[in-house]
This record gives sequence, C-alpha cells and structure tokens, in this order.
Amino acid sequence: MHEMGIILHLAKTLEETAEQEQIKKITRVTLEVGEVSGILTDYFTDCWNYFRRKHPVLESAELDLQTLPAVTFCGNCEKTYPTVQYGRTCPYCGSGETWLLKGNECIIKEIEVED
Amino acid sequence: MKIIELKETITASNDRDAAVLRAELKEKGTLLVNLMASPGAGKTTLLERTIRDLKDEMNIAVMEADVDSDVDAVRIEKIGAKAVQAHTDGMCHMDAGMTRRALEGLGDEPFDLVVLENVGNLICPAEFDTGAGKCVMLLSVPEGDDKPLKYPLMFSVSDVLIITKTDVAPYFDFDFDACIARAKKLNPNITIFKVSAKTGEGFEEWEAWLKSAVKNWKN
Repeated sequence: MHEMGIILHLAKTLEETAEQEQIKKITRVTLEVGEVSGILTDYFTDCWNYFRRKHPVLESAELDLQTLPAVTFCGNCEKTYPTVQYGRTCPYCGSGETWLLKGNECIIKEIEVED
Repeated sequence: MKIIELKETITASNDRDAAVLRAELKEKGTLLVNLMASPGAGKTTLLERTIRDLKDEMNIAVMEADVDSDVDAVRIEKIGAKAVQAHTDGMCHMDAGMTRRALEGLGDEPFDLVVLENVGNLICPAEFDTGAGKCVMLLSVPEGDDKPLKYPLMFSVSDVLIITKTDVAPYFDFDFDACIARAKKLNPNITIFKVSAKTGEGFEEWEAWLKSAVKNWKN
C-alpha cells in the first residue's frame, strides 16, 4: 500500500516534468533509494510495472533503483558507522547517542528521454 | 537519447500541492491540524472532549480519514461539530490531493479550525505533507515509552506530542521522562502535553495551545 502511494506521486512528478520539458516518452527513471527509507524495492518495481502501462509518457520507462548506504553518526565518540549492520548503538563506544546522517532519502536522480 | 537530471524528492508533486493548499488556508484564516497516531491511541476521544470544550469559542470541523466505515464521523457529529468521512481506498495515509477533496466536502462555511484525523498509522502519514498548518501526534501510555525509537520520523515532523491515557499509567511501566527525552532528542522544538480524556488532566494546557495556534494562524 505504501509503495503504491509513492508510485502515484512519482508518476505525477514525472508527468509534470514531461509536460514542462515537452517530453513525449521517458525511457528510464533512475531513483536513489536510501537503505533505511522503508521502500521494498521488489514490490516497488512490481507496482511501477503495473502502473506505468496506464500512462503513455511512462509506459516504456524502466525503473533503475540505486541503493544509497545508510550512515549513522555517534554524538559521543563522533565516529560514523554503517546503520544497517549496527543499528542505533555505536560499535566503537557502545553509546546510544546516535543520529542517522543519511539513508532514508528517496530521490529522482535523473530520467532518460527520447529525443 | 537524452538524460535529464532532476534531483527531486520522489514526493515532490505532493509537496508542491501541499504548499499551495497551506497558503490558501492561511488566506482564509483556517488552521488545518493533521492529527496522527497509531490505531487506538485515542484520536477520536481526544477530539470529542476538545470539541465539547471549545465549540462555543470557535467554528470547528473534522475530516475523518479511514480505510473504511464512518463510525468516527458519526461520533464527532453527535457532539455537534461538522464532520466528513474521507475514505482512502485502502491507502495507508492522506496526501495533499485527498485532503483538498475532503475539505471541499465540508462546503463553503468558514471554519477557524479543521482537524484531519489521519489514518491510524505511525509510518506513512509522517511522509506525506497534507498541507496542514500544524502536525499533532498522539502516543498513548499502553503503547510504551520506546515509540520514539521505533518511529523516529513521526516524532521529527510533529509540532506537538500528546501523551494520552495518563490515567492508566499506574498499570504500565511507562517512563514519562525517558519518553520525553527520546522525543526531544529527535525534535528539540516539539511541544509535549500529558492528557487523560477520562479525568480531564492536561486538557486546559492542550486547549490553550490550540486556541493560541488558531489565533496566530489568522495573523
């Protein structure tokens, strides 16, 4: 359900861009998806493949999902570490005073279009 | 073939719709509050008591967002506030477009305060801007003081956190200080109230905040 809601907005954003730039066909959409963004990439791609058929400008657009690693910062020892492996507890000093630096974003990086 | 760099967030179209809606509501002097919480945290019960206390001072309407049924809208109308039921058709959150359509369902009457009671869920509603002027979240005592650790985004986007059902605190090991510290760490500017709709504890403070928010929105 969550993925479908995001797809609806992705499609709308792309259609608005296509109209502004007078693009007839988008052939590839490259997304940068953070490791802890909560998006299930398999399900997301399935949703996209279902949805794109309904939009002429998007129907031949393949989805290219690039994963961005999640990184957490420790406020106690000021080191950074990979979030997925260690979670909220700093592997260097054991502190829980940690903040996610990046990894929950979901960005449309670029689109490939027909000339 | 040509590559166009976008570097936009995936929900950019929703963010734009939400900004337009917020500006329109500011112009009209209507404060839209996006009320978010888990299912069963006490959203409708909080609203019932708040509306009963404030309905003579301001014109209030409620938009109930649920996947199905209209039981919440019926409860709100019983107290004498206007309510519309918005069905999200299975979707787990409200976005700016759905919010605009629900607002249209309220008609042309001018409201000082419109509360959007979002779908009971601590995840997706936090990710979609509805166009609300203020975001208020509830956390009920039985849910536990560790919720800020599990759902950080919700606590980060909310202006207000209301801890509900404080009357049952003696039966749960809910650590208020730990919960508040966790929420403040995620969001230093968050305003926190502790309330019980049963005993009335904390309602004076919460309603004073709400009245001043409605007043400030009109300036």
